[in-house]
Amino acid sequence: MIDAGARVPIRLVVNGRARELAVATHALLLDVLRDDLDLKGAKRSCDSQVCGACTVLVDGLAVSACTYLAVEADGCAVLTVEGLAEGDTLHPIQRAFVDAGAVQCGFCTAGMLLTARALLDEHAAPTREQVLHYLRGSLCRCTGYRKIVEAIVAAGGGDR
Amino acid sequence: MLRPFALHRPGTAEEACGLLARLGDDAVPYAGGTELLLLMKLGLLRPRHLIDVKRVAGFDAITDGARLTLGAAVTHRAVERSPLVGRHCALLAAVARHVANVRVRNVGTVGGNLAFADPHSDLATLFLTLDATVELVSGRGRRELPLTDFVRGAWETARAPDELLASVRLTPWPSGTAATYVKFGVHERPTLGVALALCRAAAGARVGEARLAIGCVDARPARVPAAEARLTGVAVAELEDVAGAVAEAAAAAVDPADDLHGSADYKRAMVAVFVRRALRIAAARARGDVAPAARFPHAVVA
Ligand SMILES: Cc1cc2nc3c(=O)[nH]c(=O)nc-3n(C[C@H](O)[C@H](O)[C@H](O)COP(=O)(O)OP(=O)(O)OC[C@H]3O[C@@H](n4cnc5c(N)ncnc54)[C@H](O)[C@@H]3O)c2cc1C
Ligand code: FES
Ligand code: FES
Repeated sequence: MIDAGARVPIRLVVNGRARELAVATHALLLDVLRDDLDLKGAKRSCDSQVCGACTVLVDGLAVSACTYLAVEADGCAVLTVEGLAEGDTLHPIQRAFVDAGAVQCGFCTAGMLLTARALLDEHAAPTREQVLHYLRGSLCRCTGYRKIVEAIVAAGGGDR
Repeated sequence: MLRPFALHRPGTAEEACGLLARLGDDAVPYAGGTELLLLMKLGLLRPRHLIDVKRVAGFDAITDGARLTLGAAVTHRAVERSPLVGRHCALLAAVARHVANVRVRNVGTVGGNLAFADPHSDLATLFLTLDATVELVSGRGRRELPLTDFVRGAWETARAPDELLASVRLTPWPSGTAATYVKFGVHERPTLGVALALCRAAAGARVGEARLAIGCVDARPARVPAAEARLTGVAVAELEDVAGAVAEAAAAAVDPADDLHGSADYKRAMVAVFVRRALRIAAARARGDVAPAARFPHAVVA
């Protein structure tokens, strides 16, 4: 049992870097990433798993960090948008978003990129249908989605 | 923000049930947390102890035999990808693929879905056509009851506070069954779910047994015996002739309320529309045809 209020040690690999932290049972992964690790890419918006702005990958699986206990990530690899690029070189998905003009205000972008990353890890060359299916629950208030979908299809090598 | 709580991670059902019995009202089972953590964030629930069921031995298992058994902690994603589910009930895998969104599917569980008993559940509706029973376990022993008896109403089940939902057992349809699940809605959760299975009679040309379940519009999902009776014995080639009567029987059987998903009249009308569509799809599948252009606005066809 982990007592209420007690801080438990957890070990994670965040964006390739091993981290040891002490978190309370009720700490949400989103807050630990943003406040303890200063990774502000994942955003809190709906706080109820409907928008995708807080999406991060835990052992490769997309989760809503707004509704996911940090203790659950113990022993896992966590990928946030900060971990996508290699130094100054954008990840191909990021490049595709730029090329397609799939970013406007950018609030949804981190979540969209990570959702796309999870999809491309599952299906290297997703169809438009597969992209639309995977993006359900990832909301964008600016772009109208078309360019986001185009970017993800293009990142998989498809011709939009 | 969540309030502090103690987290227990029992490895066996005995241990978990012991904790529930000892801690009483202060404790709640916790699986993926996709429903529970939302209620806790809103302050609607303030448990002092969370009993994590994900490490309970056997709870994450999918097994076959006479029946297909899904452990309570099996995620929607695991159902979608399970070869056993694909072999015994491909429609279930297809339905799992369309539950919620990818993030909820990765974390949310079958047991959490059923134990929460939200009226807008795809699984409960589909499971009624698979003669589902649930297995409950406590320090007092195990019991099995039909899903119809387990789900009592909106967010209400027959589970006693010291019991855990251990698994759900399904009876896959006989081979040659033509089935479909159609869900409709513009919100995150479905406004309507229609599950239809047409099991062939021995000769194959007629419907031996029909199963139709309607979900989301009433407080709990239910089969529609009057509509099923209209389908039994009907020749596969003539199924569309009874579509009107079947749809009417289904619409008459529901008793919806006005809410954000629409007015009662609207929901009743949609029940008729989507039962007719589901029947058209299942009939086409029974004939071995490609289903009719399965592109209805705001609907998903599995
Ligand atoms: C945005 C969103 C969209 C959704 N859309 C759909 C949809 O389209 N179709 C659909 O069918 N569902 C939908 N759902 C519901 C989803 O399927 C459930 O949230 C999920 O399956 C719950 O599982 P969980 O493991 O997260 O449960 P938890 O949140 O961990 O638990 C839910 C409840 O069940 C209890 N519980 C959990 N496990 C057990 C157990 N083994 N024994 C006894 N009690 C237990 C908990 O105490 C709690 O009261 C949606 C949910 C969300 C948040
Ligand atoms: S903030 Fe987590 S899904 Fe919207
Ligand atoms: S770019 Fe503004 S919300 Fe998507």
